[in-house]
Amino acid sequence: MIWKVVRQIAKGGIRSEPAPDIGAAAQAETSRIQKELLEILGQALTIREVDAGSCNGCELEINALGNPYYNLEGLGIRFVASPRHADLLLVTGPVSRNMEMALKRTYDATPEPRLVVAVGDCACDGGMFGESYATRGRVAHVIPVDVVVSGCPPEPVEILRGILTAVRRRIQSGPQRLAPGAQPDNGA
Amino acid sequence: MKMPGLDLEFSALHAPVPIWHAQVTSQEWQLAAHSVRERGGRLLALWAGPAIEVIVNGTITTRAGEVFVAYVVLEGVFWLALPLETANGLPHYPDLAAVFPVAARMQRAAADLSGIHAAGFQDQRPWLNHGAWAKEDYPLLHNPQALPTPVPGALVDYPFVRVEGDGVHEIAVGPVHAGIIEPGHFRFSVVGEKILRLEQRLGYTHKGTEQRMTQMAPLDAHRLAGRVSGDSTVAYAWAYCMALEGATQTTIPPRAAWLRALLLERERIANHLGDLGALGNDAAFAFALAQFSRLREDWLRNAKAAFGHRLMMDCIAPGGVAVDLDGAQIGPMLRLCDAVEREVRRLGDIFEAHAGLQDRFLTTGRVTPALAAQLGLTGLAGRASSQAWDVRCDHPFVPYTDLHVAMAIHQSGDVAARVAVRFEEVYESLRLIRRMLLDLPGGPVRCDIALGQQPARGAGWVEGWRGEIFVALELAGPEQGHRILRCHLHDPSWQNWPVLEHAVMGNIVADFPLINKSFNLSYSGQDL
Repeated sequence: MIWKVVRQIAKGGIRSEPAPDIGAAAQAETSRIQKELLEILGQALTIREVDAGSCNGCELEINALGNPYYNLEGLGIRFVASPRHADLLLVTGPVSRNMEMALKRTYDATPEPRLVVAVGDCACDGGMFGESYATRGRVAHVIPVDVVVSGCPPEPVEILRGILTAVRRRIQSGPQRLAPGAQPDNGA
Repeated sequence: MKMPGLDLEFSALHAPVPIWHAQVTSQEWQLAAHSVRERGGRLLALWAGPAIEVIVNGTITTRAGEVFVAYVVLEGVFWLALPLETANGLPHYPDLAAVFPVAARMQRAAADLSGIHAAGFQDQRPWLNHGAWAKEDYPLLHNPQALPTPVPGALVDYPFVRVEGDGVHEIAVGPVHAGIIEPGHFRFSVVGEKILRLEQRLGYTHKGTEQRMTQMAPLDAHRLAGRVSGDSTVAYAWAYCMALEGATQTTIPPRAAWLRALLLERERIANHLGDLGALGNDAAFAFALAQFSRLREDWLRNAKAAFGHRLMMDCIAPGGVAVDLDGAQIGPMLRLCDAVEREVRRLGDIFEAHAGLQDRFLTTGRVTPALAAQLGLTGLAGRASSQAWDVRCDHPFVPYTDLHVAMAIHQSGDVAARVAVRFEEVYESLRLIRRMLLDLPGGPVRCDIALGQQPARGAGWVEGWRGEIFVALELAGPEQGHRILRCHLHDPSWQNWPVLEHAVMGNIVADFPLINKSFNLSYSGQDL
């Protein structure tokens, strides 16, 4: 059995290197992001993902970041199980009123630098769901947001770019963030 | 058409699948429930009808006019409408949860959203309303053209059922989970590492989808339907469009129907590939996640190349499809099908031969066929417990009439069976896709939809990857701008979440993630 596993791994090869079935432009983009992340961070970045009311579409693409093509852990980026272990929160969804308190508490439990990236159209501006008796709309209405990544859902490479932008911006400008309710500009 | 055991004429709705509708009396409502139960039928959905204006003591108030239930029997779907009576000001109807336990949460949700109550139903706890809006404020009774300003309330504690006994303790999990998944709360009562009881509390992602639906233009609302549960965007968009096309007596061109099925089978494979990897990973076999997630990525990139979107969102549109398949895409897609099949078969062999993996899968999270039938387990999880229902096989329509889908069915009802159903459905869907690519008819991919001169209703029923998606739609006439009076979007997770509570009993806490993943239910789909 173990030989079958080894043979399958060998056959699959290393997909996180330039692969024939990725377009040349997309591949160049991935490499550039990988290089910049290493230059800026120089250390591991830990992320806690919070679904604050999404349809799960964004979660599918965030999960895809973990596949061999994107080599996330190879870049020094890890998803962690607790906000207490996280540098950055990746938040999706129009924030439902039923999740509002949980999101605030997650944010409060996160230590500095406490970066926040809002992922997806709903997290950026409420998306198709908007604001209602059930939702608060954009994430920035509830917690401070560093960078927003638009798309429904954004593709994994866009999410990766948003994460990098948040880190780069914080290093360049110091700990200044948008107050809840302010309109963040699109970092993607 | 008559429903078995009920002397009442039903009228057929325009749809590619058999769906009938009739208004019933309170007595017929109860008679139908018992009759369906005795004949082995299932309760598909229960929901409140549109708001109507009534005069009570000289003042105009708004309340739900009807309660609806849809049953699946061998002949198809029967949609029953019961006009509501009021007593003490509260519209009520006879409880169905005593006959179909699956109705319990749907009745609680209807009480939260539309203020209708099941007479004789014990569980009065709110389900979707966590306190964020006032208890007497029913969102689906609001006028969609003049919504009141929300008055948010504080979230309230939920009275979980306590298990008493020596050494019993509770583990509370969520709503923010450890993985990259949707939010929900699980309350385990355990002794040592053994689970005595699990109680779920859902509703965290409730985002007012059904109220929002009533603000959408009918020709645009398929986009919102496609965002009820992102992993089932194709199935939801199709079910909504089927309902709209039924309400407007539209028949879509053959090529559109074939392309819709192609997209649906693609969605099934994408999700099964993701789940098979995650299931291996939850049993500490990380190799499986790496392999299957790579295949899934190949699959999604191919969808992007062929249809412009990795998850195929907004590809299905009223009257047909918004995308066409370029002939140049057929060759690469066929080659990808071959490559994926070759690799999945090899990985299937590895799964089979891996003693450690099988040890985790076999007998874990077991749902016996008898329990599955009693609780109404549906979709792929149902088929892993001998519940032989699949809309594509039971009521084939174009193009499934030509494709003869083979149903994947297992009896053991454990994680291993749910894994096996997924493997078999991947192979079968790959076969269907190849056939469709080779036999795809020509012609237009979309037709116009003419909204009628009368108020109209329609229903859509589609076998999504997780199970059957049902959409019930009611449109106003031209005097009200053809607006959506009510659109109910039903996810199979309503059926399967309560069964998960049973599936974990007696298992160890450490197996919960594995069992949960083997069902992979939607939170957003049931929270709405």
